[in-house]
Amino acid sequence: MKAAPFDYFRPASLQEAAERLSVNSDDGAMILAGGQSLVPMMALRVAYASELIDLNAIKGIDTVSRSERGIAIPPLVRHADFHSSDVAPGPLGHVLATVSRHIAHYPIRQRGTFCGSLAHADPSSEWCLIAAALDAEIELLSVSGRRRIKAKDWWAGVMETVREPEEIIVAVHLPLLPDDIQWGFYEFNRRAGDFALGMAFCCYRLTEGLITKPHVALGGIEEYPRRIPEAEAVLEGATPSAEVFGEAARTASKAVNPLEDPATPAAYRRDLSATVVRRALTSATQTKSSPALSA
Amino acid sequence: MSEKIEFSLKVNGTDFSIACPPRKTLADALREDCRLTGTHVGCEHGVCGACTVVVDGRAVRACLMFAVQAQGSEVRTVEGLAQNDVLSPLQQAFIDNHALQCGFCTPGFLMLINGAFERDPDICEDELTELLSSNLCRCTGYRNIARAVLQVADKLKARSELAVGKPS
Repeated sequence: MKAAPFDYFRPASLQEAAERLSVNSDDGAMILAGGQSLVPMMALRVAYASELIDLNAIKGIDTVSRSERGIAIPPLVRHADFHSSDVAPGPLGHVLATVSRHIAHYPIRQRGTFCGSLAHADPSSEWCLIAAALDAEIELLSVSGRRRIKAKDWWAGVMETVREPEEIIVAVHLPLLPDDIQWGFYEFNRRAGDFALGMAFCCYRLTEGLITKPHVALGGIEEYPRRIPEAEAVLEGATPSAEVFGEAARTASKAVNPLEDPATPAAYRRDLSATVVRRALTSATQTKSSPALSA
Repeated sequence: MSEKIEFSLKVNGTDFSIACPPRKTLADALREDCRLTGTHVGCEHGVCGACTVVVDGRAVRACLMFAVQAQGSEVRTVEGLAQNDVLSPLQQAFIDNHALQCGFCTPGFLMLINGAFERDPDICEDELTELLSSNLCRCTGYRNIARAVLQVADKLKARSELAVGKPS
């Protein structure tokens, strides 16, 4: 099918986009960045826009910037830009490169954007999981100014966020990861490239052999991805072992409130949540991105 | 709302003057306004890959871009592959390896693979397998497409190694 008619506006700056959105968002104007979710939804007539404000002609918003503490990802950074681990320093670059290859298929990754994934807020979005797992901050712009939202406060439900209709995501901020971090990602779906039925990202550091500051996050299981504090509490101060990982995985699966769909009952997703956490934690013990191990 | 926008589309090095409503996809504009019907339209929501073209060096779905978005870009389609009636190495490899039967998906596969080789000439075999899963083929079972791609990948690798003076 074809999208319903809409007006088209091509701003030259984010400020101009925000001004246009403040005037037209009440009528149903929307931001168009990569369009790899919005355009098919418009073609299937499950999304309608009175006007599309296309960010693609704006200069200078297609490159990741680095600071001492982290990276900022502006609106036109595509999923495929993370295929190379050089895009972010240290282990963070390896995490993003690994995870990016799980997003949809190659041609979709050439166009879809990181910020767009956060705006779309699909429960199965890999970037949403990473944002939740690494405590990202989402920076919004509107005519009334800028504000930053912490990832844990970002989602309001399935494909719902606290973003107001007149706000644009102008950056997602991710913290750098320490060189000695152990991390693992595991995603399950029935066919490569499909939406994840369940996925986990886990990371921790070792202090004298004991796990410190563990992060355990699940995506595709609940209405939106989040860290699971109950599972993190099991890991904190423990020695990494199959038993500890198994207990953390079981604890996570008890703590979640899984989504249900006709092909996937909630009990299946609950079971899957334990599997993906256990596999992500097991994979974390084999972290290769840390310089000490890869040298 | 459905008023036509006038703009220019550069396809395979040729400029086309287009007048179409914003909702027209790049795939439809290529076929109907540029009369380049080599780009095929299958699912119209980004899943099948029959409409894959190369825009500014990236292999993308032409059904997930509006034509108006491609103004100022360099678009390449399957019609741009052969030079002076000589097939490109990838096109020839498809024939040599029997990598097509009905041929509906072929233009999309050719542009997908061309785009990937261009951005990432050192793409490895596992990544090529993942790449081919992007598009749907209902005839070949993919095996022969993979053979054609690997044949061209080996040639590209040999050529780049020769170019920097390494033994091939």
